[in-house]
Amino acid sequence: MTKILKKSNTKAEEINKFSKIKPLLSQNEAVIEASRCLFCHDAPCINACPTSIDIPMFIRQIITKNIKGSAKTILTQNILGKACGQVCPTEVLCEGACVYNEMNEKPIDIGRLQAFATDHVIKNNIRLFTKGKPTGKKVAVVGGGPAGLSCAHELTRLGHEVVVYEANSSAGGLNTYGVAPYKYTNKDSQEEVKYISEIGFEIKANNRLDTKKLSELEKKYDAIFLAVGLGKSNKLNISGENLKGVYGAAEFIHELREKEQKITVGKNIIVIGAGNTAIDAAVETSKLNADVTVVYRRTEKEQRAYFFEVDLAKQNGIKFMYLTTPLEIIGKEKVEALKCIKNKLIEKNGSKPEIEPIKGSEFIIPCEMIIAAVGQEKMTDFYKEISNLKIDNGKIVVNKDFQTSNPQYFAGGDCVNGGKEVVNAVSHGRDAARGIDKFLKG
Amino acid sequence: MANLESDFAGIKSPNPFWLASAPPTNTGYQVMNAFKAGWGGAVWKTLGQPIVNVSSRYGALAYKNNKMMGLNNIELITDRSLEINLQEMKEVKEKFPHHALIASMMFETKEEWHDCIKRCEDIGVDGFELNYGCPHGMCERGMGSAVGQNPDVCEKITSWVTEKATKPVIVKLTPNITDITKPALAAQRGGASAVSLINTINSVTGINLDTMEPNPSVAGLSTHGGYCGPAVKPIALNMVSELTKHPDFKLPISGIGGVETWQDAVEFFLMGASTVQVCTAVMHYGFKIVTDLTEGTNEYLDSHNMKSIADLRGIVANKLKKWEELDLNYKVIAHIDPEKCIGCQLCYIACEDGAHQSIALVPGNRIPVIKEDHCVGCNLCSLVCPVENCISMVKIETGKPKLLWKDHPKNPSKQASKV
Repeated sequence: MTKILKKSNTKAEEINKFSKIKPLLSQNEAVIEASRCLFCHDAPCINACPTSIDIPMFIRQIITKNIKGSAKTILTQNILGKACGQVCPTEVLCEGACVYNEMNEKPIDIGRLQAFATDHVIKNNIRLFTKGKPTGKKVAVVGGGPAGLSCAHELTRLGHEVVVYEANSSAGGLNTYGVAPYKYTNKDSQEEVKYISEIGFEIKANNRLDTKKLSELEKKYDAIFLAVGLGKSNKLNISGENLKGVYGAAEFIHELREKEQKITVGKNIIVIGAGNTAIDAAVETSKLNADVTVVYRRTEKEQRAYFFEVDLAKQNGIKFMYLTTPLEIIGKEKVEALKCIKNKLIEKNGSKPEIEPIKGSEFIIPCEMIIAAVGQEKMTDFYKEISNLKIDNGKIVVNKDFQTSNPQYFAGGDCVNGGKEVVNAVSHGRDAARGIDKFLKG
Repeated sequence: MANLESDFAGIKSPNPFWLASAPPTNTGYQVMNAFKAGWGGAVWKTLGQPIVNVSSRYGALAYKNNKMMGLNNIELITDRSLEINLQEMKEVKEKFPHHALIASMMFETKEEWHDCIKRCEDIGVDGFELNYGCPHGMCERGMGSAVGQNPDVCEKITSWVTEKATKPVIVKLTPNITDITKPALAAQRGGASAVSLINTINSVTGINLDTMEPNPSVAGLSTHGGYCGPAVKPIALNMVSELTKHPDFKLPISGIGGVETWQDAVEFFLMGASTVQVCTAVMHYGFKIVTDLTEGTNEYLDSHNMKSIADLRGIVANKLKKWEELDLNYKVIAHIDPEKCIGCQLCYIACEDGAHQSIALVPGNRIPVIKEDHCVGCNLCSLVCPVENCISMVKIETGKPKLLWKDHPKNPSKQASKV
């Protein structure tokens, strides 16, 4: 048999535009990469991880081919360790803290090593954790995203009976409906949810809670954990926003993920905003063969997207139009163009520069689709259903045990921090479970 | 350019880099390829009475990504007939008359030794190497290391050879012995022209934990084998230095044991070797590595204004002393270069858990600090540091004169003499 050596372990026929940008490592690749790790004392990567995974230890366990032990080291701290390995902005977390950066050496590929080890136990259904001795207490978890799953898993380990109420048809939250599919697929997310829930908690999907259901929960459960995430995409508040072809980024990505990228999009697309969600929407539509332009009011310096996400967008041929404010969406029934105006930034003694439109610089960009990625609403209306729930600037207020002002309720994840990474939500969920346990055993 | 041409006990070769008697010198095909690649000499795979080999034969010690830090083998001497070997050796010598071709031999009776010597000299070999070293298989039959471990037998068999041979005779020594100078001096008394060392070390490289069979497995069983490769270099360097320093030992030395790079070779020369022999590195990477051995050694000689290996030979061996000859008032302490430090803190934890608790951490700063009044100057931190030249050992001027153990106030015999 003639064998042509391949450049990577990914089979050629599997490569498509939505192939993973960080594919799973083979054991050989993983051991070679793991062997580079210095095993730092008080390792900066651990401190940079919101879930404080003992990274040098799990890497050492990969070297010794103790992959099960490696996965246990990861999942003990972060039950969504596989998703985090693939969707975390590792460049600014663990890998960004790797001491190799200090000598201009490529940091250890921590995210991919983490995905390698955790994939092993998920694919082979190797059980690492068991249900704790029953306490007789019941906890409802509202929201089956990273915070909810992490909390439910930890509560089950502690012996509480847990039911997760999920509004969508599948749990997983951002991992299923939010992150870019070239980072984490629906299949990945569903396999992970199944693995996590098989410790012994129930997920009730298609269960969006209303006032009636909420009051039932309050009677039935000893504690309720709110992990409801964020709401709809923010509006642009300009005219023409209701035309066909205008989408909120969260809703667009939700549909894209739900239909596994089998959607059609316009040829010319404008994404408004320059955060990480904007970049995801831009790259995804560009992979669907659209010409994409990102329009942002400020400059490259102020944009909130990570530098490596912007690099990815540029590699995908996405154009960036900075210092540009959208004024009006033009069209009869459907979007036909976006009217914009150029800005300049006015520095005012140290505070955030103010945007000042340049008179007469209005211009029109023709397009068939506009995606507004200017943040997401908070679930304010839902919070009104809960008595005595203290909210600050749309975020649920909690104490160090993640308990809200209503003692039966705890909360964590995006609804508490206003929208951060999956790994932050996992950390909240785990720690909230310990807070709930303390409260229930009080 | 320095001159690398070598004259080792009368055996001439274009350079001092020889292939050791081992699988790379099994055949004429291999040795001719080696000479084409630039090797100066080759010691042919040991000739002897017919044997057969087992399958499998090699085991290795890996360390993280390094697949063959140590290699062991349970292979015996040549498993090809003497006639074929001699025919191919003749062809090699005809094609490469200026390269050194050494016949390694291992026999039982005087007649067998004499017969083989005659036949080898007839086809034009440049010298002989007596294999008194193999620690596996052949020693069970009274040969190999069984000879090297008994100085009287070593001397006797050497004299059998030297009474017959007209070409130089090298005795290859086994390291599986307490005092290497004993068999070396026996070889000298037996009339040998030179020695080579070390042969391989008795070893078991490991166990296959899936099958619970020792490596290398022969139908589930194994036997102890001969260990070589980079891991054995420190043992070889010590043994070479012991011979170099011995006042009664006068023979030239061919250094063997973990030579892979020009640095390894230069170390053997500095310790007293005149040539080096290489096996494992070639079994790992092929003949091509000789290019760097040659160039690197040349460059080193040039940069030190030296003309040949003779200028290097043995000049470091005499810096190895007895412990009691070392100055107890000499003091170094570690110094961390904060510009180079990457904050891995391996030095901290090594010192804290593994040595003398002489490195401190400062809250909010990844760069550790040396507790200069605690530091004993042990080197450990500088050895574990992953950054080149980040931790250096700095000499401290104590202002005290050289102090040896015999004069130290804590020496019990000195205290006794006071009383």
